[in-house]
Amino acid sequence: MNIDLSVDLGKGLVLNNPVMTASGTFGYGYEYDDFIDVDSLGGIIVKGTTLKPRQGNAYPRLAETPHGIINAVGLQNKGVDYFCENINPKLKKYKSTKVLVNVSGSCVDDYVATAERINELDNIPAIELNISCPNVKEGGMGFGTSCESASNVVKAVREVYKKHLMVKLTPNVTSIADIAKAVEQAGADSVSLINTLLGMAIDAERRRPVISTVTGGLSGPAVKPVALRMVWQVSKAVSIPIVGLGGIASATDAVEFLLAGASAVQIGTANFIDPTISIQVVNGIQDYMIRHNFTSVSEITGGLLV
Amino acid sequence: MLKRFTTDFTVEQNESIGVDYILLKLKHPTTLPDMAPGQFVEVRIPDTSGTFLRRPISIHDVNYGDNTISLLIRKVGNGTNLLGKLKKSDIVNLVYPLGNGFNLDKAGSKPLLIGGGVGIAPLMLLGRSLKSRGTEVSYLFGARSADGLLRIDAYKEIGKVEVTTEDGSVGTKGFVSDHNWLKDNINQFTSLLVCGPTPMMKVVAKAAKAASIPCYVSLENKMACGIGVCLCCVTETKDGHRCVCSDGPVFEVNDLNWD
Repeated sequence: MNIDLSVDLGKGLVLNNPVMTASGTFGYGYEYDDFIDVDSLGGIIVKGTTLKPRQGNAYPRLAETPHGIINAVGLQNKGVDYFCENINPKLKKYKSTKVLVNVSGSCVDDYVATAERINELDNIPAIELNISCPNVKEGGMGFGTSCESASNVVKAVREVYKKHLMVKLTPNVTSIADIAKAVEQAGADSVSLINTLLGMAIDAERRRPVISTVTGGLSGPAVKPVALRMVWQVSKAVSIPIVGLGGIASATDAVEFLLAGASAVQIGTANFIDPTISIQVVNGIQDYMIRHNFTSVSEITGGLLV
Repeated sequence: MLKRFTTDFTVEQNESIGVDYILLKLKHPTTLPDMAPGQFVEVRIPDTSGTFLRRPISIHDVNYGDNTISLLIRKVGNGTNLLGKLKKSDIVNLVYPLGNGFNLDKAGSKPLLIGGGVGIAPLMLLGRSLKSRGTEVSYLFGARSADGLLRIDAYKEIGKVEVTTEDGSVGTKGFVSDHNWLKDNINQFTSLLVCGPTPMMKVVAKAAKAASIPCYVSLENKMACGIGVCLCCVTETKDGHRCVCSDGPVFEVNDLNWD
């Protein structure tokens, strides 16, 4: 039986398999070269990149919570110029895996200027527009929590960014389906969801918050049921492809997202626990397809029997 | 950078030392890869409601003859307590070797290795590596009391050992900074290589600076990935936020914002 793992997300973004790695959990990919053949992933989404360098938030940035973590990194990165000049050349060795850049900003003009720079890079077929980071004071999630502001930033970036535009959505909203519809109408080619859930951890003995920003982004298996529900809801609301993420730690988890309506998935926090997990998920999806007589991934997408 | 791996090790021995510490000896299935003194491993812990992440533990000792690696661990929380329950033949997954160790070339001919509490752990492999190069190794260890001084006899096989205890139960009473090696005779040493609680390391760093002696410290922060991608374990340096896991854990003190 011929198994076709490839996934066409539209506008020139075709993945060799449905497994990508989530921004902020996989560095620039090459940090994982010792552990896996990074080039056999469907895609990697590199660390959130902003127009200007950002130092990120103060330490401590990490809390361990039941079956997950809360982080408050705050988009620490060296800025888009540094990325283009010093990091991107090192990413050209990846020939099969698609390299996407996660683009963030504190105002619409920043998003636009950053996307314009990335648009010039031949080896980057898509960006993931981050309108959902909970850890920055200005911008980030602020853009993703109302249909109007989400639509405005996507429209502005759409005008300058000519390749595949994926928009990453926040779960910290009343109706994620409404936001998804708004960004679809504004010109997004796909949506990825969910970014982290706003959470909080307290050290009772010291009567202090565990992380410096008091609240931060919750990720890991703890959020998976919420993420699945949201992918399911968004799949009923939009016709553009959905990339599902949130707590995926096994091939079975990934298949659940596909069944709920995702065309592809991202592995995030699980990379910290097992640096080989992304490849294991690729192989596990293939095994699932053989067991269930699927010949292409698109047959699984939205295949939930209800 | 040394190549990193993720490997299932087998527990060879899990020895309790006092109430709070364990010495965990793990056997590699084949041949151990190269590891440098000061590097660490990320130990996989069962995902319970109180433990999700791996635990970063410094490499205490390596035996390339029988392909074992030893970890000296203080049981401080849920994760390290689970490690305390491991039995012979249990399987433990490590991601290793991680971080940048101590630079042996910069230690000079007579370094002083200073450890506080369980911070003495990486100084075993460090001392052994220095000694095998013909370097004269001296140890200064500090603890709250005598029962916090671990494996002293094993360290004595490598070099001269002096100790301080806060309660004066053994050695000089007080902190390592109260020992005459740091107070009056610091200039006999070519470098200070330090691992312990941050307040202790800051005091030592100050003494090193006053005497113009190079000082290298091994830091510890809460970590997730251990390989420099999550950016959670950062410390303030002259060069901005840097990861303790991948830019460290060993830093030259002048690179840190400790002044």
